[in-house]
Amino acid sequence: MPEITLIEGLRQGMDEELARDESVFIVGEDVGARGGVFRATQGLHEKYGDMRVMDSPLAELSIVGVGIGAALYGMHPICEIQFADFIHPAFNQIVNEAAKMCYRSNGEWTVPMVIRAPYGGGIGGGLYHSQSIEAFFAHVPGLKVVVPSTPYDAKGLLKSAVRDPNPVLYLEPKKGYRLIKGEVPDDEEVLVPIGEAKVTRRGSDLTVLAYGMMHHYTLQAAEAVAEDGIDVEVVDLRTLLPLDKQALLASVQKTSKVLIVHEDNLTGGFGAELSALIADEAFVHLDAPVKRLAGPDVPAVPFSHPLQDWFMPDAAKIAEAIRDLAAF
Amino acid sequence: MATEVIMPQLGESVVEGTVTKWLVSEGDEIEEFDALLEVNTDKVDTEVPAPTSGVLLKIYVPEGETVQAGTLLAALGERGETPPEAPEPTPAAAEEKEVEKIEPPAETQPQQSVSAGRSDDLGFISPVVARIAAEHDLDLRKVSGSGRGGRITKKDVLAFIESGETAAKPAAAPWESPASGELFRPTEEVFKSAAKASTSAKPGEVIPHTPVRKSIAQHMVRSKETSPHVTTVMETDLSRVVKHRETNKALFERDGVKLTFTAYFAAATVRALREVPLVNSSWGDDGVHLHPHVNLGIAVSLGEDGLIVPVIKGAEQLSLLALARSVNDLARRARDRELEQEEVQGGTFTITNHGVAGSLFATPIINQPQAAILGVGAIEKRVVAVEMEAPSGDIEDVFAIRPMLYLSLTFDHRILDGAVADHFLGKIVNLLETWS
Repeated sequence: MPEITLIEGLRQGMDEELARDESVFIVGEDVGARGGVFRATQGLHEKYGDMRVMDSPLAELSIVGVGIGAALYGMHPICEIQFADFIHPAFNQIVNEAAKMCYRSNGEWTVPMVIRAPYGGGIGGGLYHSQSIEAFFAHVPGLKVVVPSTPYDAKGLLKSAVRDPNPVLYLEPKKGYRLIKGEVPDDEEVLVPIGEAKVTRRGSDLTVLAYGMMHHYTLQAAEAVAEDGIDVEVVDLRTLLPLDKQALLASVQKTSKVLIVHEDNLTGGFGAELSALIADEAFVHLDAPVKRLAGPDVPAVPFSHPLQDWFMPDAAKIAEAIRDLAAF
Repeated sequence: MATEVIMPQLGESVVEGTVTKWLVSEGDEIEEFDALLEVNTDKVDTEVPAPTSGVLLKIYVPEGETVQAGTLLAALGERGETPPEAPEPTPAAAEEKEVEKIEPPAETQPQQSVSAGRSDDLGFISPVVARIAAEHDLDLRKVSGSGRGGRITKKDVLAFIESGETAAKPAAAPWESPASGELFRPTEEVFKSAAKASTSAKPGEVIPHTPVRKSIAQHMVRSKETSPHVTTVMETDLSRVVKHRETNKALFERDGVKLTFTAYFAAATVRALREVPLVNSSWGDDGVHLHPHVNLGIAVSLGEDGLIVPVIKGAEQLSLLALARSVNDLARRARDRELEQEEVQGGTFTITNHGVAGSLFATPIINQPQAAILGVGAIEKRVVAVEMEAPSGDIEDVFAIRPMLYLSLTFDHRILDGAVADHFLGKIVNLLETWS
């Protein structure tokens, strides 16, 4: 099985869906001849042409708005937001139009659309190229929010998102684009169902819930603390909305201790929802307080490298939090 | 806090010792590890060192007295500190020693822990530890903690349970093991107060009637006089139920529930009763009263004490898990004579599982004022003829070995006719055979 990068998994997913269904098209800033600012769509314009891989004006509101209109006409748009930091102008289109369409038309109209957005820090991007925006959107019923953390899931979730009849926000941990590698079969169709978490490491002492880049770091941290005899179970959430409650509650029930890791800042972050859910539905299984490791509550990821390191959770910080929880 | 000095256990089988000499007087200071007193047992003579430095506040056991291991001997502390109260007087005074040696002490010692056990302050008890302790009826004071600040963790409790130091596990539900009583004769009248049947009577003597026996007798005669009893029998293949139980046993156990076959019979019966409501009824002078809910009685044998039929109220609202939990709970409490009056009343249909004693099928007596009673026979592997698809695609008859069982339905012919009764019983058979 060939080993590929996360961004290559994503690119393969888009390529296969473009080939499979003529109603699939890509629209976004510089996605055409330039192949996207991260090269996620490299080669696709050449292969599928102007009508399938389309450059847009520098206006996120219109990228999503165009996508919604096309989707209502039976197309399957993949809208690229160059950095998740710039998704905010499109907030109204996503929340008020795309997410509510199926509900407000009593199921007669749906918006089969994917919105791709690279998110997260640790790349020296500073305030406007490092944001994590999942908590805003995981709050919106009618949307689906997925975050792959491996090349396999990047490919499989993208393909499932394209085929989903409703809007899917597909968040890409851009720090891991080329850092995270993994095996993806090239002789079979890769589809990962939306709404399923995955236990990526079995353990008995405590559970770490993570997604995206933090999931990658968590696996490293779990290896590090294994040398101290701490047996960590790791759950990659993969889909934040709808959340796979069963999988994570099963793990909580097994280990009775939970650490939640995300790089988005702490207050009102997705970890708060997970924590509340666990307190609500698994209280009698808990042997320790539910702990959260998250970015600090400052307005953005700082540009200065030492301050960026201070902001970002990493394998060492996760290992420390694991040791602390294990000792409780 | 004063430090307590207790009589040490000076060998595995040595449970008591005699204080032969106090080496320090009350009010004197002593260093840690210095000899405090001399002790004599029937095996050894030894010195007991001071567990800590300080002033000997009080001597509780005078020289010459024999006490059990674990008894408080003295208190060490700071000058002026009040020593703790002496516990209950200890037995085994010197003059009684000879007697003591012949007869083991009749009473156990008061809670003067031998090992340096925990005080009543257990520290923080997490929800999961509290739950496990409650489920296993554990005394958490016996569990040592490895968490932060000595906190008892889930692992500590599980390790404690694993070590087998807890009380023996409760026995299986009565219908999961062979019973000796007449399980298919229900009554509503056996309670906590139930008198123990006299088993001491020998042949030629009379066993006096207990209230329970009298009540069973009256009920059985009355039922037979009231309802024209008819019994119909069907056979069912339990392969799917057996498979489902194998697959889900561990899952149920995770929720603290033992998954029994009885739960399946109960679940199938409840569903069939919903589909054929006439069976869930009672005869009345004005007409047949259909009951709004399924209150399922399950006969539990109490051995020679008779039997009792606890009732699962509103059983139609319960999942297999909840049914299994109810069945186990009622069975345990029936056996322990802990049922409340209302828990054996209001039944609308009864199941009796006479199969646990090996009975293949039986004709139970209806539990008045119900319309019918289901008898569950023994599960046996039998050779049966089944149809199978041959490699050629033809349907062929072949022998197969299957877990089979007979179900008997005894019904009140005033209310039900054979066709309806068979339809109902067939539903149960079908539900069990197609279980998924």
